[in-house]
Amino acid sequence: MNKLSRRKLITGAVATTAGVSGLAVAANLADRYGLIPPARRGFYSPGDTLTYASQRLLTRHSMAREFPRSEISKTPFVNGPPFQSAEFKRLEAGGFSGWQLAIDGLVARPGTLSLAQIRSYPSRSQITHLACEEGWSYIAEWTGVPLAHVLEAVGMLPQARYLIYSSMDPNWEDSMDMADALHPQTFLAYGLNGGDLPVGNGGPLRMRVPRQLGYKSVKHINRLKVTDTLKGYASDSSYSWYAGI
Amino acid sequence: MADSAWDPSLATDHVTTATAPRHTAVNRVTHWITALCFFALLVSGIEILISHPRFYWGEAGNSSTPPLFTIPIPASRATVPTGYSYVLPDQNGWSRSLHFQAAWGAVLTGLLYFIAGIVTGHFRRNLLPARGDLKWAALSNVIAGHLRFQNPGENESWSYNVLQRLAYLGVIFVLFPLIIWTGLAMSPAFVSAFPGSVTALGGQQSARTIHFFDCILLVLFLMVHVAMVIIAGFRSRMRAMITGRAGHR
Repeated sequence: MNKLSRRKLITGAVATTAGVSGLAVAANLADRYGLIPPARRGFYSPGDTLTYASQRLLTRHSMAREFPRSEISKTPFVNGPPFQSAEFKRLEAGGFSGWQLAIDGLVARPGTLSLAQIRSYPSRSQITHLACEEGWSYIAEWTGVPLAHVLEAVGMLPQARYLIYSSMDPNWEDSMDMADALHPQTFLAYGLNGGDLPVGNGGPLRMRVPRQLGYKSVKHINRLKVTDTLKGYASDSSYSWYAGI
Repeated sequence: MADSAWDPSLATDHVTTATAPRHTAVNRVTHWITALCFFALLVSGIEILISHPRFYWGEAGNSSTPPLFTIPIPASRATVPTGYSYVLPDQNGWSRSLHFQAAWGAVLTGLLYFIAGIVTGHFRRNLLPARGDLKWAALSNVIAGHLRFQNPGENESWSYNVLQRLAYLGVIFVLFPLIIWTGLAMSPAFVSAFPGSVTALGGQQSARTIHFFDCILLVLFLMVHVAMVIIAGFRSRMRAMITGRAGHR
């Protein structure tokens, strides 16, 4: 009996040590391969981490589904009243010719781009789903410039890990990792269904991240910031930072 | 003791039952973790549903497209035309976080249960109905017994009857896998890697609608399950699922 319990004790100790060091190695590897979400929220950290790690292993390069023209929703749903501020109205009255996109952070050439400059970049179109976390969705054709092209144009530095993107609406700011920021379907969109992007759908410039839920596709984008850390950003939201789900 | 009452098979049974629990430790632990996760998923799922109590078929659907059907309740978002003049408080933030955390808990627990069920022969021995029990005569006998509210025999605290077996198999191998599948089919990232998972269901909104009906079936199962536990003897059945000990034969 004594012998048995000693054996049990030793086995237990070895198993615990192996388990703990195994976990530490796994955590280290997971961090190195970008499997740990930068914004975790206490009690929900296990779920956040499992979801993000699984998605990054499964979907780092996968392409969002694209649809035929016949699947485009008749009315691209406008979710709530449009954003209105004095400055936004002034810019809208001027046909958004004065709209500026500021880019700073870990880039070689920080500065601002006008809407005309953004439109002069090679444009791409995609017919993709916009799915809201509430449950509704619509399919539309989005036209814009792939975000990767803009980031390359301003000389993104190699230590970049995240992109923080802000709306003129002070309530909206979000961030994403480089797997989504450099993804070929992530657009700075300025066109919808062949026309200019309406204000109600996020005009004049909207982030489109089709592999995540609608709340990551922030409207009225006027600032991009490239960073290597999200400390101080996007941590207190009750919504999951990663919304590929 | 009269010799004529001596049944050796009963005696052997008695010896085994004294040592073997009614439910294995793995089954008891996974049962209660699943129960906890299911409760969390149900509450958070209802909260999420309240933000858009309309259902659609196909790929896309929203407040300006005709619904397949609506749940006649107020919504937690002002953009949903519900016919009510007020808007419920928005609880989606914590609800969504809890929903996915509990989903992970349920899936991982289910995986453990599934592997243990195959390794220990639980599915084959305790859940797979005997061929004879699936014959109509045998089935109708059990159904008639249920309809007459006959009390279960003593042997039923040690073994599942054919209706229980079919119900459990349906929940374990149809309803749970389907609700995980339809849940994943609503994930824009998951379907980017596995587009067939959503097109096979008829689209993302179809997946959401099936997810809802699957949940209704699971809640119906839960209600019957709890009612049966109460009718069969709440204390003895709860004791069997908590401690593993069942009543004496």
